Amino acid sequence: MSASTLRIALVGNPNCGKTALFNQLTGGRQKVANYAGVTVERKEGRFTAPSGRVLQILDLPGTYSLEANSPDEQITRDVCAGQFPGEAVPDLIVCVADATNLRLHLRFVLEVKRLGRPVVLALNMMDTARHRGIVIDVPELQRRLGLPVVETVAVKRGGARALIERVDGEVPLAAPVQADDAASRSDLHGQVRELLAATVTMPRTTAALDDALDRWALHPVFGLAILAVVMFLVFQAVYAAGKPMSDLIGGAFGWMGEHVAVLMPAGPLQSLVVNGLFGGLGTVIGFLPVILVLFLFILTLEESGYLPRAAFLLDRLMLSVGLTGRSFIPLLSSFACAIPGIMGTRSIQDPRDRLATILIAPLMTCSARLPVYALLIGAFIPMHKVFGIFNLQGVVLFALYLAGILGAMAVGWVMKHIRRDKSEHALLMELPSYRMPKLRDVAIGLYERGAIFMKRLTGVILGLTVLMWFLSTFPGPPADATGPAINYSFAGYLGRGLQYIFAPIGFNWQISLALIPAFAARETAVAALATVYLVGGDAAGGLGHALAGQFSLASALSLLVWFAYAPQCMSTLAIIRRETNSWRNVVISFGYMFALAYTASFIVYQVTRMLT
Amino acid sequence: MRLSDLPKGTPAVVDGVHDAHVDDPIAQRLRDLGFVDGEPVRVVAVGPMGGDPVLIQIGFTRFALRRAEAARVSVRSEIVA
Ligand SMILES: Nc1nc2c(ncn2[C@@H]2O[C@H](COP(=O)(O)OP(=O)(O)OP(=O)(O)O)[C@@H](O)[C@H]2O)c(=O)[nH]1
Repeated sequence: MSASTLRIALVGNPNCGKTALFNQLTGGRQKVANYAGVTVERKEGRFTAPSGRVLQILDLPGTYSLEANSPDEQITRDVCAGQFPGEAVPDLIVCVADATNLRLHLRFVLEVKRLGRPVVLALNMMDTARHRGIVIDVPELQRRLGLPVVETVAVKRGGARALIERVDGEVPLAAPVQADDAASRSDLHGQVRELLAATVTMPRTTAALDDALDRWALHPVFGLAILAVVMFLVFQAVYAAGKPMSDLIGGAFGWMGEHVAVLMPAGPLQSLVVNGLFGGLGTVIGFLPVILVLFLFILTLEESGYLPRAAFLLDRLMLSVGLTGRSFIPLLSSFACAIPGIMGTRSIQDPRDRLATILIAPLMTCSARLPVYALLIGAFIPMHKVFGIFNLQGVVLFALYLAGILGAMAVGWVMKHIRRDKSEHALLMELPSYRMPKLRDVAIGLYERGAIFMKRLTGVILGLTVLMWFLSTFPGPPADATGPAINYSFAGYLGRGLQYIFAPIGFNWQISLALIPAFAARETAVAALATVYLVGGDAAGGLGHALAGQFSLASALSLLVWFAYAPQCMSTLAIIRRETNSWRNVVISFGYMFALAYTASFIVYQVTRMLT
Repeated sequence: MRLSDLPKGTPAVVDGVHDAHVDDPIAQRLRDLGFVDGEPVRVVAVGPMGGDPVLIQIGFTRFALRRAEAARVSVRSEIVA
């Protein structure tokens, strides 16, 4: 590292806009959202300042105090104090404070100042502060604090110019180190009051908009009603808007496949291209719109500031099943994918609450299950209207989401009762101001998700699809074969072997086989079924048709329930291992989910068979 | 009076935070968040189930606290100057 590199650490209270500022400085695209605890890991970026000096920026998790309470806060404390393994002490600490929330944030600034390191204070969200008529006497604040103070607007282009100029200049002198004991800590509040009285005038302490919205959003009756409507609309919209687009894409790929088939000589290679690539991948890629619609809603909700309100409304309910209101946001992200959800649990301070949330997060219906659900629902559930407005297919999808949630609640409840340590759990959660989601941020978020999906598709899923095609094509049938060729392939044998385990829950050998690649990535089940049926030659009129002809309704429902609960997706198990640092938790997750899925599917299969 | 008993919308001032047991991290966190002598507080909203948690306005910030947490904070009614 060259001598002119300046190491800068961004610290501040949660939700003050550190990550937005980090992105602004480094051109990065780290996730920004309107709730406390978005950043849970240290992130690093660098850029070259106008003077030619390289600035290396560390984005750290937000913390209320250097007396760390949760794992992500510890990271911040250790980095600032130069105790983080493998991390040199930063040359400069940029302390970010929300200008609309200085009563709280200035205390942390004072705490950081006492570390005795060079500090620059960035007063962020100056746009909102001005809008609310908050006037800050910056020169006076700077004089009283003895620190350089700059104004920033992290979400506006060029909004960090003043900060860049300041950090690119001379490194400010450090304040003397001060002892940290209980008496001097409580004294900080007195100092903040004096600072505020001398430098800040505020027309009112809260934003009028927040007061007005919260009157409804947190109302005991309307609040819950609003929450239910929001959630239901999201899932209806996913189906209503995403599904037609998916069908269009799936159709287009099928059509292309047919045309390519004409150009190629018949044989195994043609079958790979037509069935494996266009049939299998085309089916999966068709789900991109569905996933993007889901993310559109999640990103908008995250940025609006509504999610912590939902957490507030649901805290009591979650507490009764051994969780906390704070679990709500990681669990909601798990609807996109359990991996960011499980990582997001780091913002839960209580280790018991955190572990419980990690263990049930995979039961939330992640977007990788959507292709499977959509395929089976499309093939087996008629398009009736229910109560004149809802589509029966949408209702079934909603029911599957609900099944995941109810299952999770049951598991949480059981864990709560077998847990030995029953001491108090804390909530202590800040509710941020409402904010209008920015089109640009949402668009970037969607692009990122889309890119991840496509990368998985072209990497893992493509590889597995080719493998499945290979298994179902070779070895070829003997000359005197009577049944379809696939019965003699590796896939045929493997599937029939697995069927012993899965026959009681109604899975035929093709499904049993498709469960193997689904363990690597759930979406692949769709591609695998497409490959198996297309290679088997049963798929005239599309995969949906083929399935409807081959399975009973009981098997289809059983498979849906299996996907709702089964321990699938290796990446999730790997992340549980990483986040909890314990194989035991991986075994527990896998074991309980397998048992849950098997039992639930068994019941559904047997009951449906009796009824139909 | 304890903050958990304060009726919704009534302005009050914090007296202090009591440790529920020795070395109570929750009490310490409350103090760090600004629950200190002389700070005005108000209950803004209460949760839909059993009035738990409560939403407290303190300084310019809103915090959701469970009743057991709010019970650590003692408050006095505001004397209108
Ligand atoms: N109006 C306005 N909004 C901002 C500004 N800076 C950040 N925001 C918004 O504030 C919210 C929080 O921003 P983040 O960058 O995620 O905050 P953070 O400090 O990294 O938060 P944690 O990761 O939770 O510690 C987001 O909704 C941002 O869009 C600003 O200068 N003005």
